[in-house]
Amino acid sequence: MRKKHTSREYESELKDLKSQLATMAYDVKAMIHDSMNALQKKDIKLAEEVIERDFYINQIELEIDEFCLIILARRQPLAKDLRFITIALKMVTDLERMGDMTVSIARRVIKLQKMPPVKIPDKILLMAKSVQEMLQLAIESLLESDATKADQVLEQDDSVDELYHQNFRYLIKLMAQNENLIEPLVHLQSVAKWLERLGDHCTNLAEFVVFKVSGENVRHVSRAK
Amino acid sequence: MKQFEIQNLSAWYHQNQVLSGVSLDITLKTATAIIGPSGCGKSTFIRCLNRMHELSEGARLEGKIILDGEDLHGQQIDPVMLRRRVGMVFQKPNPFPHWSILDNAVSGLKLTHRLKHSDKFSIAESALRKAALWNEVKDRLNQPGVSLSGGQQQRLCIARALAVEPEVILMDEPCSALDPIATARIEDLIHDLKKNYTIIIVTHSMQQAARVSDQTAFLLHGILVEMSDTNQLFTSPKDSRTEDYITGKFG
Ligand SMILES: Nc1ncnc2c1ncn2[C@@H]1O[C@H](COP(=O)(O)OP(=O)(O)O)[C@@H](O)[C@H]1O
Ligand SMILES: [Mg+2]
Repeated sequence: MRKKHTSREYESELKDLKSQLATMAYDVKAMIHDSMNALQKKDIKLAEEVIERDFYINQIELEIDEFCLIILARRQPLAKDLRFITIALKMVTDLERMGDMTVSIARRVIKLQKMPPVKIPDKILLMAKSVQEMLQLAIESLLESDATKADQVLEQDDSVDELYHQNFRYLIKLMAQNENLIEPLVHLQSVAKWLERLGDHCTNLAEFVVFKVSGENVRHVSRAK
Repeated sequence: MKQFEIQNLSAWYHQNQVLSGVSLDITLKTATAIIGPSGCGKSTFIRCLNRMHELSEGARLEGKIILDGEDLHGQQIDPVMLRRRVGMVFQKPNPFPHWSILDNAVSGLKLTHRLKHSDKFSIAESALRKAALWNEVKDRLNQPGVSLSGGQQQRLCIARALAVEPEVILMDEPCSALDPIATARIEDLIHDLKKNYTIIIVTHSMQQAARVSDQTAFLLHGILVEMSDTNQLFTSPKDSRTEDYITGKFG
């Protein structure tokens, strides 16, 4: 059985922090889902709603930041607890940036509305699906302190990068063939870029979890492919 | 360079074994913190290092302690001289109550040989300076030691240990009776002292261990669970029992 802190209040503070982080991450995941949904269905209302939700993500970032500072000041955490607080402070920064990226995607949806229609390439939809899976895995790895799930996120990021490059070549080809579609296709390329970046942030989240669980810093270590 | 090599040290009070096969090295001119729950054998451990343990009733030990390459229990070691080489500062400041600050500072010498007043003064001044107390007491050297604040008394006890020119200073929870400012002064002093002395400090405060030491040893029920670099031990301890203890967890 997992050991608990002698101080029940401290135990519940750390638990709260973990669930606040997970909630923020689930909110971001929903924003990725909805911004992509808006793109596919050309749903301007949904895109605008995603843009509005970013305000809450920013608020939550500030709240979690402050909560971390209070725990640091009052509890002076050590070992795994200390590692947890330091990664929480970093995770909220990544999650907040991820929120911004879904806003960028939503803005492209609004712009695309006024342009000649283009089909969303399958590779972009695959990237979006993959990034959401990565975020789900990162959240689960945090909640379950499971480094193997975090490792899966790191692996999956390679396939997102590969999809991005394939899609990039595909869009270039389309542009060369259809000059009148260049502008909307450039916007789609931006969406792909944001998805690729979202994948990178999921990787960061997973690396933080590995650090929390094992004390091992796997950032900036080139992984064998 | 090793100050101490401790090999398979076990200690008893009568039938009660309180240390079991502790082996560790202490590097010269570093600060080592000993942490662990009450009764785990921290005080007994450091009292073995200057052979104070053997003064307790029913005390016994096994294993080997090597100081500067020399067996601590060898024939040529005089325990009284040893306790000057390996000085000790206790939890409660314990200056001699009726003695002046000056006499307290040199009391370690006074017991063993007669001193000229000028020598006494210069030895006291040097020790009080090293203990970062001189500026606060230089105008009141003839007042009783116990007229000082708790933190000053503790630094006076450190000066007393320093006056006999030790190599090692053992400290047994030296700040547990002090307020945060007095504690910070002692911790600052430890930082200065380890340039010239080897410091071994028993502390109840994990934060204090983290602040002052280079190495930290965690004892549990008389067993050495882990000795690591302090930075490592408090961020990523190797042993899950250390992790549980320093994060305040129970079973
Ligand atoms: N002089 C003594 N005689 C008998 N038992 C002692 C004596 N000193 C300590 N003990 C016992 O030895 C164990 C370890 O004590 P100690 O070394 O003082 O632990 P710590 O300093 O870690 O609190 C305790 O169970 C304590 O009761
Ligand atoms: Mg003790």
